[in-house]
Parts: sequence; structure tokens; C-alpha cells
Amino acid sequence: MAADPIHQFEIQNYFPVFKIGATQIHFTNSALFMAVAVGLTAALLIGATSGRRLVPTRLQSLAEMSYELVANTLRNTAGEEAMRFFPLVLSLFMFILVSNVVGLIPYTFTVATHIIITAALALTVFFTVIIYGIWRNGWHFFKLFLPSGIPGWMAPILIVIELLSFLSRPISHSVRLFANMLAGHITLKLVAGFVVMMGSVGALGVFGAIAPLALTIALTALELLVAVLQAYVFTILTCIYLNDAIHPGH
Amino acid sequence: MAGDAHDDGKHGNRLADEAALSARLQRLGQQLDQVKSSKPPDPAAPRPQADTSAMARGLRLSTELVAGVIVGAGIGWLLDRWLGISPWGFIVFLLLGFTAGLLNVMRAAGLAQQRQGPKQ
Repeated sequence: MAADPIHQFEIQNYFPVFKIGATQIHFTNSALFMAVAVGLTAALLIGATSGRRLVPTRLQSLAEMSYELVANTLRNTAGEEAMRFFPLVLSLFMFILVSNVVGLIPYTFTVATHIIITAALALTVFFTVIIYGIWRNGWHFFKLFLPSGIPGWMAPILIVIELLSFLSRPISHSVRLFANMLAGHITLKLVAGFVVMMGSVGALGVFGAIAPLALTIALTALELLVAVLQAYVFTILTCIYLNDAIHPGH
Repeated sequence: MAGDAHDDGKHGNRLADEAALSARLQRLGQQLDQVKSSKPPDPAAPRPQADTSAMARGLRLSTELVAGVIVGAGIGWLLDRWLGISPWGFIVFLLLGFTAGLLNVMRAAGLAQQRQGPKQ
């Protein structure tokens, strides 16, 4: 089992929770680590800021930094009005960030390696944009699909292309996070597997295992970077899409 | 240069050559400055995003393209099934999806006009 790089993504049912129709809903390892991510986020944001010291402790300044990072990104990308979406954007950022970083610890499960999770997050943003855009701008929202200054005979083609480009957003939004996390964890498992395989060969194998071991350490650092970066990229794209809902005109 | 002092003609030539060369370099520098100053940094240019590694950038651009093609193909296939116009819906929308994917890539790379910024 140790050499199987896909095994780590297997969903395990822990105990049944409730039934929808004939389908039994189980509490799974994915659900467990989602709960862990939410719990850690809540502990960090609520627990660390409860002291409200003027000179922050380390944890408090970590919480303040994550708040300010997301608030500045949202303000710069989508304007002051977008701050009403701040709870959504901060929740997305913290959930992805914490679950990705927790998933780097051996024997844990990375929630974002299942596309159903990232797709659900991306579709939440997608439908928020559509519903809020239409609620706030009415028909004006559909100007999003008509670039200004286009000759009339080109408009039908361009509207279809812009519409397809808009519909493809949740796909690229979700696949990017999912593919990065999945590829990273498979690579990490494969390279770490070489250490075990070479180590079992003999004295020469142990010597040869130094290279993959060093690579594993380097890859772990890279994966930490990717985990944080992808959470940030997901947040930036969310802000860009929310900007379209608020300012749909070209 | 001191070693060439006995050959005045050659020395003079070389000096003239160097003067001409430095004059040309100066002219070129001025022309380059003009070209640079005629194109001021565009404040509307999209800010470089968090693409710190080339691999992340490549993954980002490729997902943009593939997403466009997949959406186009999916819509074309559905239209074929609902309207019974197979295979025309698939063909047309696959191509349109490819175009939309290219538009996505150009937007992501900052080559095409971005959607409007926060200022109305």
C-alpha cells in the first residue's frame, strides 16, 4: 500500500449520519478534515483576537495579517462596495489555506484534492456573482457579455464567445486549485516512495536514497508554498469575479 | 594606446573610429529613450498576479484554455441532443469554445483588455 500514490485520496466512511432517500450519508475522512480546518480557523480568529491587546501576540498578529491581506485584496480589486462580500471571501481563503496546510502533515487528508469540494466552492462564487449581479444591476448586468465599441454584425458571435468565457470560469477556478493540490501530493508520495524502495535494497541502496530524501524535503517546502499560493490565487480570482457582479459595464 | 604612439595615422583613425562609435551609441541611447518615453507605463495594465513560479503560471493558462474548450463542447453536445441538429451544434460550439478559451488565456496573461477595474 505504501507505494500506491493514489491511496491517500481514498474516501473512508467513519460512521453513518443520516439518509437522503436511499442514500446513506456517512461522516468521512474528508468531512473530518473539513471540520478540522473550520475548527482551527475559528480557534485562530476567535481565540487569538479575544485578548485584543494593543501590542499583539504572535497568534493575534497572524489573525490580523490574514484579515488585512484579504481585506486589502478585496478593496483593491473590487472596490469599497465589495466589502459586503468580505465574510464570504475571508471564509473561502481561510478554509482553503488551513485545509491545504493541514493536508501537508503526514497521514492527514487534503480536502482540496477532490474536485467536488473545489467545484462546490467555485460554484458558490459563480452563483453569488450571477444572483447579486442581476439583483443589483438588473438587465444592465448582461452588458458584461457585450464589449463596448463593437460593430453590430459582430455582436452575436462575440456575445456567444463572452458567454462561453463566463461559463468556463467555475471550471478553471476549481480545476486550478484541485489540480495543483492533487499533482503536488502525488509527486510527494512518489518521490518519498523511492526512499523506501531504495532503502530496502541494501547498503548501496541506502546511499542512493539520499537523493530522493533531499528531493522530498525540497518538495515539501515547495508544496507549502503552493498550498498558500493557491489559496491566495483562489481568493484573488473570487475578488475579480465579484468585481464583475458590482461593475458589469465595459 | 601608448604603444601605438609611433603610428600617428593609425592612432588618429582609431580615435576617429571610437568617436564615431560613441556618437552612434549616444544617438541610439537617445532614440531608445524616446521610444521608452513615448510609451509611458500603462496604469491600467493588469497588476502582476501571484504567479511566482513558472509552473503555476503554465497551469493557470492551460486550465483557462481547456475550460473554454470543455464548456463549448459540452454546450454543443447538449444542443445536439435537445434540438437534434447533430453534429452541427458540437462543431460550431467546440470552435466557439476554443475561441473563448483563447480569450480567457489572453485575459489571464494580460494581453487582452481586462474587464473594467473598480472605478466605474
